[in-house]
Amino acid sequence: MLILGDFIQQFPPERDSLELTFTPTSVPLKRRWRNNRLSAHFIADYFTTFLPLDDSDAEQQRRIQESKSAVSYVANELLENAMKYNYEEAQTQVKFGVHFLGNESLIAVVFATNSISAQRREKLEKFIHKLFSSDPEQLYMEHIEKGANDCHDEEESCGLGLLTMINDYKAKLGWKFEEVAKGEMEFYMVTTMVQIEV
Amino acid sequence: MERKRIEGTDYVVEFDPGKNCVNFRGELSLGGPQEYSPIRELLEAVAEEEPENMTINLRELHFLNSSGISMLSKFVIGLRKRKKIQLTILGSEEIPWQKKSLKNFQKFLPGLKLEIS
Repeated sequence: MLILGDFIQQFPPERDSLELTFTPTSVPLKRRWRNNRLSAHFIADYFTTFLPLDDSDAEQQRRIQESKSAVSYVANELLENAMKYNYEEAQTQVKFGVHFLGNESLIAVVFATNSISAQRREKLEKFIHKLFSSDPEQLYMEHIEKGANDCHDEEESCGLGLLTMINDYKAKLGWKFEEVAKGEMEFYMVTTMVQIEV
Repeated sequence: MERKRIEGTDYVVEFDPGKNCVNFRGELSLGGPQEYSPIRELLEAVAEEEPENMTINLRELHFLNSSGISMLSKFVIGLRKRKKIQLTILGSEEIPWQKKSLKNFQKFLPGLKLEIS
Protein backbone atom coordinates (compact mmCIF):
# COMPACT_ATOMS: atom_id res chain seq x y z
CA MET A 1 0.00 0.00 0.00
CA LEU A 2 1.21 3.48 -0.81
CA ILE A 3 -0.14 6.77 0.52
CA LEU A 4 0.67 10.07 -1.16
CA GLY A 5 -0.35 13.56 -0.06
CA ASP A 6 -3.06 14.33 2.50
CA PHE A 7 -4.95 11.12 2.97
CA ILE A 8 -7.23 10.23 5.90
CA GLN A 9 -7.39 6.48 6.51
CA GLN A 10 -9.66 6.42 9.53
CA PHE A 11 -12.60 8.73 9.95
CA PRO A 12 -14.06 9.46 13.38
CA PRO A 13 -16.98 6.99 13.67
CA GLU A 14 -19.36 9.61 15.05
CA ARG A 15 -19.14 11.72 11.91
CA ASP A 16 -21.62 11.54 9.03
CA SER A 17 -20.79 10.17 5.61
CA LEU A 18 -22.44 8.95 2.44
CA GLU A 19 -21.08 6.40 -0.02
CA LEU A 20 -22.39 5.24 -3.40
CA THR A 21 -21.24 2.22 -5.40
CA PHE A 22 -21.39 1.75 -9.17
CA THR A 23 -20.70 -1.15 -11.45
CA PRO A 24 -19.17 0.76 -14.35
CA THR A 25 -19.25 -2.09 -16.82
CA SER A 26 -23.05 -2.42 -16.64
CA VAL A 27 -23.80 0.41 -19.09
CA PRO A 28 -21.50 1.92 -21.77
CA LEU A 29 -19.52 4.92 -20.51
CA LYS A 30 -21.13 7.36 -22.93
CA ARG A 31 -24.63 6.54 -21.73
CA ARG A 32 -23.89 6.87 -18.07
CA TRP A 33 -21.70 9.99 -18.35
CA ARG A 34 -24.49 12.32 -17.26
CA ASN A 35 -24.91 10.13 -14.19
CA ASN A 36 -21.56 11.48 -12.92
CA ARG A 37 -22.91 15.00 -12.57
CA LEU A 38 -26.25 13.84 -11.20
CA SER A 39 -24.50 11.71 -8.56
CA ALA A 40 -22.19 14.60 -7.71
CA HIS A 41 -25.19 16.90 -7.18
CA PHE A 42 -26.87 14.22 -5.12
CA ILE A 43 -24.03 13.82 -2.65
CA ALA A 44 -23.49 17.59 -2.55
CA ASP A 45 -27.14 18.12 -1.74
CA TYR A 46 -27.04 15.46 0.93
CA PHE A 47 -23.79 16.85 2.33
CA THR A 48 -25.45 20.17 3.15
CA THR A 49 -27.70 18.33 5.63
CA PHE A 50 -24.53 17.53 7.65
CA LEU A 51 -23.65 21.20 7.98
CA PRO A 52 -24.42 22.92 11.26
CA LEU A 53 -25.70 25.97 9.39
CA ASP A 54 -29.06 27.66 9.50
CA ASP A 55 -30.65 28.13 6.09
CA SER A 56 -33.06 30.79 7.35
CA ASP A 57 -30.11 33.13 7.80
CA ALA A 58 -29.19 34.81 4.47
CA GLU A 59 -25.42 34.76 5.08
CA GLN A 60 -25.42 31.11 6.14
CA GLN A 61 -27.67 30.19 3.24
CA ARG A 62 -25.12 31.70 0.87
CA ARG A 63 -22.45 29.57 2.56
CA ILE A 64 -24.60 26.46 2.12
CA GLN A 65 -25.00 27.23 -1.59
CA GLU A 66 -21.26 27.74 -1.98
CA SER A 67 -20.46 24.49 -0.17
CA LYS A 68 -22.91 22.62 -2.33
CA SER A 69 -21.41 24.02 -5.50
CA ALA A 70 -17.85 23.22 -4.37
CA VAL A 71 -18.73 19.64 -3.39
CA SER A 72 -20.59 19.17 -6.71
CA TYR A 73 -17.62 20.38 -8.71
CA VAL A 74 -15.05 18.27 -6.88
CA ALA A 75 -17.28 15.18 -6.76
CA ASN A 76 -18.04 15.37 -10.48
CA GLU A 77 -14.35 15.67 -11.36
CA LEU A 78 -13.41 12.73 -9.15
CA LEU A 79 -16.17 10.58 -10.52
CA GLU A 80 -15.37 11.51 -14.13
CA ASN A 81 -11.75 10.48 -13.58
CA ALA A 82 -12.73 7.30 -11.77
CA MET A 83 -15.05 6.27 -14.61
CA LYS A 84 -12.67 7.30 -17.36
CA TYR A 85 -9.60 5.53 -15.99
CA ASN A 86 -11.29 2.56 -14.33
CA TYR A 87 -9.60 -0.65 -15.44
CA GLU A 88 -12.58 -2.49 -16.85
CA GLU A 89 -10.86 -5.85 -17.20
CA ALA A 90 -10.50 -5.99 -13.42
CA GLN A 91 -14.32 -5.92 -13.11
CA THR A 92 -14.30 -3.97 -9.88
CA GLN A 93 -16.81 -1.46 -8.64
CA VAL A 94 -16.33 2.27 -8.37
CA LYS A 95 -16.95 3.69 -4.92
CA PHE A 96 -17.59 7.31 -4.36
CA GLY A 97 -18.74 9.46 -1.48
CA VAL A 98 -18.37 12.27 0.98
CA HIS A 99 -17.41 12.54 4.64
CA PHE A 100 -18.02 15.46 6.88
CA LEU A 101 -15.35 16.68 9.30
CA GLY A 102 -16.16 19.61 11.52
CA ASN A 103 -14.12 21.03 14.31
CA GLU A 104 -13.13 24.68 14.11
CA SER A 105 -13.66 24.64 10.38
CA LEU A 106 -16.10 22.62 8.31
CA ILE A 107 -14.46 20.22 5.89
CA ALA A 108 -15.92 18.15 3.10
CA VAL A 109 -13.86 15.08 2.23
CA VAL A 110 -14.82 13.73 -1.17
CA PHE A 111 -13.31 10.49 -2.39
CA ALA A 112 -13.51 8.04 -5.29
CA THR A 113 -12.04 4.54 -5.55
CA ASN A 114 -11.47 2.74 -8.83
CA SER A 115 -9.14 0.16 -10.32
CA ILE A 116 -6.28 1.13 -12.62
CA SER A 117 -3.75 -0.76 -14.70
CA ALA A 118 -0.08 -0.78 -13.75
CA GLN A 119 0.63 1.50 -16.69
CA ARG A 120 -1.96 4.07 -15.60
CA ARG A 121 -0.68 3.92 -12.04
CA GLU A 122 2.81 4.82 -13.20
CA LYS A 123 1.50 7.83 -15.12
CA LEU A 124 -0.64 9.00 -12.23
CA GLU A 125 2.19 8.65 -9.74
CA LYS A 126 4.45 10.67 -11.98
CA PHE A 127 1.80 13.37 -12.22
CA ILE A 128 1.32 13.42 -8.42
CA HIS A 129 5.03 13.93 -7.82
CA LYS A 130 5.08 16.71 -10.38
CA LEU A 131 2.09 18.28 -8.65
CA PHE A 132 3.84 18.28 -5.28
CA SER A 133 7.06 19.73 -6.62
CA SER A 134 5.53 22.52 -8.74
CA ASP A 135 3.57 25.70 -8.26
CA PRO A 136 0.01 24.57 -9.08
CA GLU A 137 -0.98 27.91 -10.69
CA GLN A 138 2.05 27.70 -12.95
CA LEU A 139 1.41 24.05 -13.74
CA TYR A 140 -2.21 24.80 -14.66
CA MET A 141 -1.16 27.58 -17.03
CA GLU A 142 1.43 25.28 -18.63
CA HIS A 143 -1.09 22.46 -18.99
CA ILE A 144 -3.60 24.66 -20.76
CA GLU A 145 -1.04 26.46 -22.91
CA LYS A 146 0.55 23.18 -23.94
CA GLY A 147 -2.76 21.73 -24.96
CA ALA A 148 -4.09 24.93 -26.57
CA ASN A 149 -3.50 23.65 -30.07
CA ASP A 150 -4.25 20.05 -29.37
CA CYS A 151 -7.88 19.47 -28.54
CA HIS A 152 -7.76 15.69 -28.49
CA ASP A 153 -5.42 15.01 -25.65
CA GLU A 154 -7.53 12.99 -23.23
CA GLU A 155 -4.61 12.35 -20.92
CA GLU A 156 -4.22 15.95 -19.79
CA SER A 157 -7.81 16.37 -18.65
CA CYS A 158 -7.45 14.35 -15.45
CA GLY A 159 -4.66 16.64 -14.32
CA LEU A 160 -6.61 19.78 -15.10
CA GLY A 161 -9.51 18.76 -12.90
CA LEU A 162 -7.15 18.15 -9.98
CA LEU A 163 -5.34 21.43 -10.60
CA THR A 164 -8.55 23.48 -10.64
CA MET A 165 -9.51 21.93 -7.28
CA ILE A 166 -6.23 23.11 -5.77
CA ASN A 167 -6.19 26.53 -7.39
CA ASP A 168 -9.84 27.53 -7.27
CA TYR A 169 -11.09 25.55 -4.25
CA LYS A 170 -7.91 25.46 -2.10
CA ALA A 171 -8.27 21.69 -1.97
CA LYS A 172 -5.89 19.30 -0.24
CA LEU A 173 -5.34 16.11 -2.26
CA GLY A 174 -4.26 12.64 -1.29
CA TRP A 175 -4.07 9.16 -2.82
CA LYS A 176 -3.97 5.58 -1.67
CA PHE A 177 -2.74 2.80 -3.97
CA GLU A 178 -3.37 -0.83 -3.15
CA GLU A 179 -2.02 -3.69 -5.18
CA VAL A 180 -4.50 -6.43 -6.09
CA ALA A 181 -3.86 -9.87 -7.56
CA LYS A 182 -6.89 -11.58 -9.06
CA GLY A 183 -5.98 -14.88 -10.73
CA GLU A 184 -3.37 -14.04 -13.33
CA MET A 185 -4.26 -10.39 -13.29
CA GLU A 186 -2.49 -7.68 -11.32
CA PHE A 187 -3.86 -4.21 -10.96
CA TYR A 188 -4.26 -1.42 -8.41
CA MET A 189 -7.13 0.11 -6.52
CA VAL A 190 -6.62 3.85 -6.25
CA THR A 191 -8.54 6.11 -3.90
CA THR A 192 -8.33 9.82 -4.59
CA MET A 193 -9.31 12.00 -1.64
CA VAL A 194 -10.02 15.71 -1.76
CA GLN A 195 -10.52 17.91 1.30
CA ILE A 196 -12.11 21.30 0.95
CA GLU A 197 -13.03 23.80 3.61
CA VAL A 198 -16.64 24.85 3.20
CA MET B 1 -22.85 34.61 -39.03
CA GLU B 2 -26.40 33.43 -38.59
CA ARG B 3 -28.13 32.49 -35.37
CA LYS B 4 -26.95 29.07 -34.28
CA ARG B 5 -28.02 26.79 -31.48
CA ILE B 6 -26.44 23.69 -29.95
CA GLU B 7 -28.67 21.84 -27.57
CA GLY B 8 -28.00 18.91 -25.26
CA THR B 9 -29.95 17.18 -22.52
CA ASP B 10 -29.18 19.80 -19.87
CA TYR B 11 -27.75 22.73 -21.78
CA VAL B 12 -28.18 25.18 -24.63
CA VAL B 13 -25.42 27.16 -26.32
CA GLU B 14 -26.78 29.79 -28.66
CA PHE B 15 -25.21 32.46 -30.83
CA ASP B 16 -27.13 35.73 -30.98
CA PRO B 17 -25.91 37.59 -34.08
CA GLY B 18 -27.59 40.88 -33.03
CA LYS B 19 -25.38 41.17 -29.96
CA ASN B 20 -22.49 39.05 -31.22
CA CYS B 21 -23.00 37.08 -28.08
CA VAL B 22 -22.75 33.35 -27.34
CA ASN B 23 -25.18 32.51 -24.54
CA PHE B 24 -24.60 29.44 -22.37
CA ARG B 25 -27.46 28.06 -20.30
CA GLY B 26 -27.99 25.07 -18.03
CA GLU B 27 -25.34 22.58 -16.92
CA LEU B 28 -22.40 21.43 -19.02
CA SER B 29 -20.25 18.42 -18.18
CA LEU B 30 -19.37 16.77 -21.46
CA GLY B 31 -16.82 13.95 -21.55
CA GLY B 32 -13.78 15.69 -23.01
CA PRO B 33 -12.28 17.81 -25.79
CA GLN B 34 -13.95 15.77 -28.51
CA GLU B 35 -17.41 16.12 -27.01
CA TYR B 36 -16.84 19.85 -26.60
CA SER B 37 -15.66 20.37 -30.17
CA PRO B 38 -19.07 21.50 -31.60
CA ILE B 39 -19.20 24.29 -29.01
CA ARG B 40 -15.59 25.21 -29.60
CA GLU B 41 -16.24 25.30 -33.35
CA LEU B 42 -19.20 27.63 -32.81
CA LEU B 43 -16.98 30.02 -30.81
CA GLU B 44 -14.22 29.78 -33.42
CA ALA B 45 -16.68 30.53 -36.22
CA VAL B 46 -17.74 33.75 -34.48
CA ALA B 47 -14.10 34.76 -33.93
CA GLU B 48 -13.25 33.87 -37.53
CA GLU B 49 -15.26 36.90 -38.68
CA GLU B 50 -13.06 39.15 -36.54
CA PRO B 51 -15.85 41.23 -34.98
CA GLU B 52 -14.80 44.24 -32.88
CA ASN B 53 -16.70 42.89 -29.89
CA MET B 54 -17.62 39.39 -28.88
CA THR B 55 -19.41 38.34 -25.72
CA ILE B 56 -19.60 35.00 -23.96
CA ASN B 57 -22.51 35.09 -21.55
CA LEU B 58 -22.27 32.50 -18.77
CA ARG B 59 -24.84 34.12 -16.44
CA GLU B 60 -27.22 31.20 -16.78
CA LEU B 61 -24.62 28.45 -16.82
CA HIS B 62 -24.96 26.80 -13.44
CA PHE B 63 -22.36 24.07 -13.83
CA LEU B 64 -19.22 23.60 -15.92
CA ASN B 65 -16.71 20.76 -15.53
CA SER B 66 -12.95 21.12 -15.92
CA SER B 67 -13.09 19.89 -19.53
CA GLY B 68 -15.47 22.76 -20.27
CA ILE B 69 -13.30 25.27 -18.42
CA SER B 70 -10.35 23.96 -20.40
CA MET B 71 -12.22 24.31 -23.72
CA LEU B 72 -13.09 27.95 -22.93
CA SER B 73 -9.53 28.65 -21.74
CA LYS B 74 -8.11 27.35 -24.99
CA PHE B 75 -10.53 29.47 -26.99
CA VAL B 76 -9.52 32.53 -24.96
CA ILE B 77 -5.81 31.79 -25.59
CA GLY B 78 -6.54 31.56 -29.30
CA LEU B 79 -7.79 35.14 -29.23
CA ARG B 80 -4.29 36.43 -28.48
CA LYS B 81 -3.71 36.12 -32.20
CA ARG B 82 -6.85 38.09 -33.03
CA LYS B 83 -5.98 41.40 -31.46
CA LYS B 84 -8.90 43.25 -33.10
CA ILE B 85 -11.50 41.38 -31.06
CA GLN B 86 -12.50 42.70 -27.64
CA LEU B 87 -13.82 39.72 -25.72
CA THR B 88 -16.20 40.18 -22.79
CA ILE B 89 -17.18 37.35 -20.49
CA LEU B 90 -20.34 37.84 -18.44
CA GLY B 91 -20.65 35.97 -15.17
CA SER B 92 -22.97 35.92 -12.20
CA GLU B 93 -22.37 36.63 -8.51
CA GLU B 94 -25.13 34.17 -7.76
CA ILE B 95 -23.33 31.19 -9.27
CA PRO B 96 -20.53 30.10 -6.93
CA TRP B 97 -18.26 28.33 -9.48
CA GLN B 98 -18.06 31.49 -11.55
CA LYS B 99 -16.71 33.56 -8.67
CA LYS B 100 -14.00 30.94 -8.17
CA SER B 101 -12.97 30.09 -11.69
CA LEU B 102 -13.75 32.91 -14.14
CA LYS B 103 -10.82 35.09 -13.02
CA ASN B 104 -8.48 32.51 -14.56
CA PHE B 105 -9.51 33.55 -18.06
CA GLN B 106 -7.95 36.97 -17.52
CA LYS B 107 -4.60 35.33 -16.85
CA PHE B 108 -4.70 33.83 -20.33
CA LEU B 109 -5.84 37.03 -22.02
CA PRO B 110 -5.14 40.18 -19.98
CA GLY B 111 -7.24 42.38 -22.30
CA LEU B 112 -10.33 40.33 -21.57
CA LYS B 113 -13.24 42.16 -19.93
CA LEU B 114 -14.79 40.17 -17.14
CA GLU B 115 -18.12 41.42 -15.83
CA ILE B 116 -19.45 39.53 -12.84
CA SER B 117 -22.70 40.95 -11.48
